[in-house]
Amino acid sequence: MTHEVHGVAAAPGVALGPVKWLAAAPVTSASDAPGSDADAEISRAEAAFETVAARYSAQALDAEGPAADILFMTSALAADPALLDQVRAGIRAGGPTAHSVTEAVAHFADQLTALGGMMAERASDLRDVGQRVVAELLGQDPPGIPDSAAPFVLAAQDLAPADTATLDPAIVVGLLTVAGGPTSHTAILAKALGIPAVVACPGAGEIAENTVVVIDGTGGVVEIEPEAGRREEVLAVRARQADAPTGPGRTADGYAVPLLANVGSVGDAQLAVELGAEGVGLFRTEFLFLGRQSAPTVAEQTEQYADIFRVLGERPITVRTLDAGSDKPLPFLNLPDEENPALGVRGLRLSSVDEGTLLDQLTAIEAARAATGASVSVMAPMVGTVEEAKYFATRARAAGVRSPGVMVEIPAAAIRSEHLGAEVDFFSIGTNDLSQYLFGADRMSATLAALHNPWQPALAATIAMVVAGAKTHGVKVGVCGESASNPEFACVLVGLGVETLSMAPRSLAGVRARLTEVTLEQCRAAAEAVLSARTADDAVDVAGAALGRKK
Amino acid sequence: MINRTAVVASKTGLHARPAALFAQAAAKSPVPVTISVDGKAPVAAGSLLQVMTLGVKQGDEVILYTEEGNEDTLDQLVKLLETDLDA
Repeated sequence: MTHEVHGVAAAPGVALGPVKWLAAAPVTSASDAPGSDADAEISRAEAAFETVAARYSAQALDAEGPAADILFMTSALAADPALLDQVRAGIRAGGPTAHSVTEAVAHFADQLTALGGMMAERASDLRDVGQRVVAELLGQDPPGIPDSAAPFVLAAQDLAPADTATLDPAIVVGLLTVAGGPTSHTAILAKALGIPAVVACPGAGEIAENTVVVIDGTGGVVEIEPEAGRREEVLAVRARQADAPTGPGRTADGYAVPLLANVGSVGDAQLAVELGAEGVGLFRTEFLFLGRQSAPTVAEQTEQYADIFRVLGERPITVRTLDAGSDKPLPFLNLPDEENPALGVRGLRLSSVDEGTLLDQLTAIEAARAATGASVSVMAPMVGTVEEAKYFATRARAAGVRSPGVMVEIPAAAIRSEHLGAEVDFFSIGTNDLSQYLFGADRMSATLAALHNPWQPALAATIAMVVAGAKTHGVKVGVCGESASNPEFACVLVGLGVETLSMAPRSLAGVRARLTEVTLEQCRAAAEAVLSARTADDAVDVAGAALGRKK
Repeated sequence: MINRTAVVASKTGLHARPAALFAQAAAKSPVPVTISVDGKAPVAAGSLLQVMTLGVKQGDEVILYTEEGNEDTLDQLVKLLETDLDA
């Protein structure tokens, strides 16, 4: 019999398939029975390490680029003499074999973690080695993504970014997690890969392996054992999405809604162009800065920006200046540790301790624009006051930027949008951070996921406030947060007066298709209805009714 | 005991691929080789884990040690360290 469980919508679209659970990491304990013959146990452990090292080497040969390097290094970790010595000593001291592996790995992983930065990342690679060796010793399946040639829905307690990054959308057709939040890295990666996802779904824990489900990543619903009719319907929807129209965003009555892409690399930019993005609404520049010991030079930045600008050709591009700081630490900035990094020195606020980074970046962006002839606007993240908006616009214009703008992601900026609008040419609303600060709820918290639901009426009311304030000075308003990628909510944003929508490239088709089914008037009615709704659930229902949602 | 000094050339220091390539080469050498940085106690050069936990960065000076009569082994390892293995 069909029944449903509910979670939080994390990546739009529908998918059908059998559930396969991410294999859990094996657990060992000091009270496990030790082997009777230490020498035999040592040989068994050595063989398990060799097997695991050989698997990583084989994977490294199949991989390319950074993934190949990491796999190569991980295979060397699995053959490390110091690690093996530690395991041998544990077994000789009478420890259970598999648990001796767990302890030796923990010993070195803790040292790597203590070193911080890139070494700390290697600690998780080492733990992965340890889990695989332990699984091998215990005769269990290796932890991680199940091996299957047939499409399936991947279910897990939670997914690590490393698990999600290697997913093949042709095989893993849907994602379902018991924990996690809608703005977690997993959700963002799922959107980037175009895999429908439902997260924070406690009821999913009861679903048995190989149970067929429908994942509705737009409504946050998981249908268990759907009937034949419903299965066919989902397959039809997926077929329709595969050949969804490209071309500019339009409502059924021809109102133009430019559909833009969020990108952070040349690869993203190529994908955006391929999938019909009309421009880039958010070009994240963090990739150039994160994980570096010194700031990239102006020349280096210019070259990298120009590479991405060239891919976009004549399409408009909005570049966001460095969105990092105490929440995403950069070693070369020497920022103090803060109790609450999300409320600390980040985004444009970095300029109060290090103005050079911003000025260099503006110089490089302008140089890349001049070199490529691209159509470029620049905006700053984490702007809250008129002084900050003015400071940024002045510096940007001095560097030659023609159209400076700011991100609206702090409630103060929304409340005072009329005044901020006197200083800049455009606003881009970042709905993830705006929700975080609006509700005072950490966007990484799974427990608070319901507050990060874009359907919370308080979010729509805040966006309406930004649009009203922007009108005074004719300032343009776009949304570049994850909420724009939800096809239904995208219609609500249009109804609220948002002019452009920017999202992960793979979300474009779903939003483009949904817009063609509704009129501008329906979008406005949906927006009005959401503003009057009392709860997020009510908002989904009333917007759906106004938009003539097909069940 | 003999020793040789090398200045690490790889961009990421002795981390990831460069560290793995160096440790593999050291593990294959006919005699045990140790490595130290900043006057810290030397560790086994053939252990990627121990090499990485030294936290050696690009431009750092490291010292390699081994038994006398194995000058060639050290010379080869020094050459490896002074190559940008990330390039």
